[in-house]
Amino acid sequence: MDNVTPLLEVKDLVTQFNTLDGAVHAVNGVSFIIDEGETLAIVGESGCGKSVTMLSLMGLIPQPPGKIVNGQALYFDGSTQRDLLALSKEELRQVRGREIGMVFQDPLTSLNPVMTIGQQISESLVEHMRMSSAEAYQRTLKLLEYVDIPDPQKRYGNYPHQFSGGMRQRVMIAIAIACMPKILIADEPTTALDVTVQAQIVELVAQMRAELKMAVIWITHDLGVVAGIADRVMVMYGGHVAERAYVDDLYKHPKHPYTVGLLGALPRMDEDTARRLVSIEGSPPDLYKQPTHCQFAYRCPFAFDRCWAEIPPLITVGYRHKLACFYDIDQGRPRDVA
Amino acid sequence: MSPNGKVVVRVEDLRKHFPIHRGMIISRQVGAVKAVDGVSFNIHEGETLGLVGESGCGKSTTGRAILQIQRPTSGRVFFEDIELTSLKSEALRPLRQKMQMIFQDPYSSLNPRHTIGKIVGEPMVVHKVGNEQEINQRVFELLDLVGLKEMHVRRFPHEFSGGQRQRIGIARALALNPKFIVCDEPISALDVSIQAQVVNLLEDLQKQFQLTYLFIAHDLSMVKHISHRVAVMYLGKIVELADRKTLFSEPLHPYTKALISAVPTPNPELERKRRRIILEGEVPSPANPPKGCVFSTRCPVAEPICSQIEPAYLEVAPRHSVACHLVKPIAEEPKVT
Repeated sequence: MDNVTPLLEVKDLVTQFNTLDGAVHAVNGVSFIIDEGETLAIVGESGCGKSVTMLSLMGLIPQPPGKIVNGQALYFDGSTQRDLLALSKEELRQVRGREIGMVFQDPLTSLNPVMTIGQQISESLVEHMRMSSAEAYQRTLKLLEYVDIPDPQKRYGNYPHQFSGGMRQRVMIAIAIACMPKILIADEPTTALDVTVQAQIVELVAQMRAELKMAVIWITHDLGVVAGIADRVMVMYGGHVAERAYVDDLYKHPKHPYTVGLLGALPRMDEDTARRLVSIEGSPPDLYKQPTHCQFAYRCPFAFDRCWAEIPPLITVGYRHKLACFYDIDQGRPRDVA
Repeated sequence: MSPNGKVVVRVEDLRKHFPIHRGMIISRQVGAVKAVDGVSFNIHEGETLGLVGESGCGKSTTGRAILQIQRPTSGRVFFEDIELTSLKSEALRPLRQKMQMIFQDPYSSLNPRHTIGKIVGEPMVVHKVGNEQEINQRVFELLDLVGLKEMHVRRFPHEFSGGQRQRIGIARALALNPKFIVCDEPISALDVSIQAQVVNLLEDLQKQFQLTYLFIAHDLSMVKHISHRVAVMYLGKIVELADRKTLFSEPLHPYTKALISAVPTPNPELERKRRRIILEGEVPSPANPPKGCVFSTRCPVAEPICSQIEPAYLEVAPRHSVACHLVKPIAEEPKVT
């Protein structure tokens, strides 16, 4: 796994929103790399900055009120590299859809209600791939078939309201993969769906990833779904990266108190004996405050004076295992962090 | 705490149909959405009965119909041997003190213009229990019970987080010392770390006051965690009901099997090895349910009889009921093939 080629490298991303009540510090210095063909899951609770991180990369943060204060997002394309955050709107438009596809949580609000789904899929083919409308039509039918929408010819002319939730999400996926992007960003794609339909979509994405060799960034709050699909997992809290590791490593040897808490808070189907759930006391952090210390300190059972004095840097604690914490829960004492 | 044998709630062949009307001036009924279509079960004292199913299967309507918030179309509901379904609204009111509800959405179920003190104290005002001083005293007690502070009493709902709001909803439900609480997806709107707080609170309160819960949810792993017995609903009907352990280790109905296999587990090794039963298609419309077994259109093992005749809901093993043609009583043949 060592000869991996990075596809996208995000460095120290900071995004804020200016509101009447002051600045909301949504993302406070997030860095990560995604390699070719891998699935990276970004996990966290509402307001942890996972969606804003992705929207910032794609230039989809409305500015104002949003503002990308700092950061770089290097997209490697063969020998060239481009900083997505420095591109013009026009250049970015060429990247979105063509190089990076996106699937959002709520397919009903992200599809155009007055356009047939066939038009919505072929639109990007004509725009990015310079296809003729006849070519685009044929390709759209293939895509609909690929995402398991029965009767593609008939469905081509249907509008979004004529589809069920699961089917709409399939349409969204068809749009996202139309131009064979190198990266697919899926922002909570199964949250609005029932569990049996969620299983269908997870299966479809897993199949696509294997066949189309796409890198997938899967944003979710569900540690269960992540276990089955991700290669690596990044846990976010309060706009910071708390921990990042390979999926087996993270579930077996979680090192951040928040990751430990999250895993303990989940009831599990693979356990028979009833146990008391581990609850993380307190509430999520107040994003109006400029972070000056570990954001999790308010809720952390191990917090000590240093946690309240500085923001923990991301340190390496294992092979591609990063952690932002001053405390060593394995040893039960503070760790040496420079 | 463990549930004793005393039946608190008995539901017999409960149905709730919502009529569909056509025509503006001369309106006539052209059909009905069969949200709940003949469900029967008992809930024992101190027990949590989990009710699971996908959206639109009628689980919330069942909860509402039991509490007579929506009057059922037919069937009978007994609460401590009093038949609720035959009572008029006036006669029901005193009984409502004993039956409460916790709602899914902690944002829309609290009046934004009322202080927390007013919200939590309101049930006592409505039912004329105690004077002002006693009510205030009780409000403090309740806030303390659910982990909120006395100083919160003058604040408004928007000043609280989702988890705290759900605690307020729970305090309100407890105000009149109820026996039975319908928890309608009380944790679905909350973050994972907060869900655990609320579930632990519900469990503690149950122990402390010997409460009886109907816990409605779509999250199977949480239902498995909190329930003593679990009922699985599909398209207005209960397809399987058993105690927690049996239902999850030896599910008999093909839908229960598929549902359990679809729940992801936070264990990467297990997840990668696991073979899910992927159901084709989606839940049919309850306005036009399939003939025969309601699950026959998506069932991976359906046989011709399934789309013709509705299967009876039978007790195939002690305390384990299933509605499926392919499941024979345990004595004859133990497993579905």
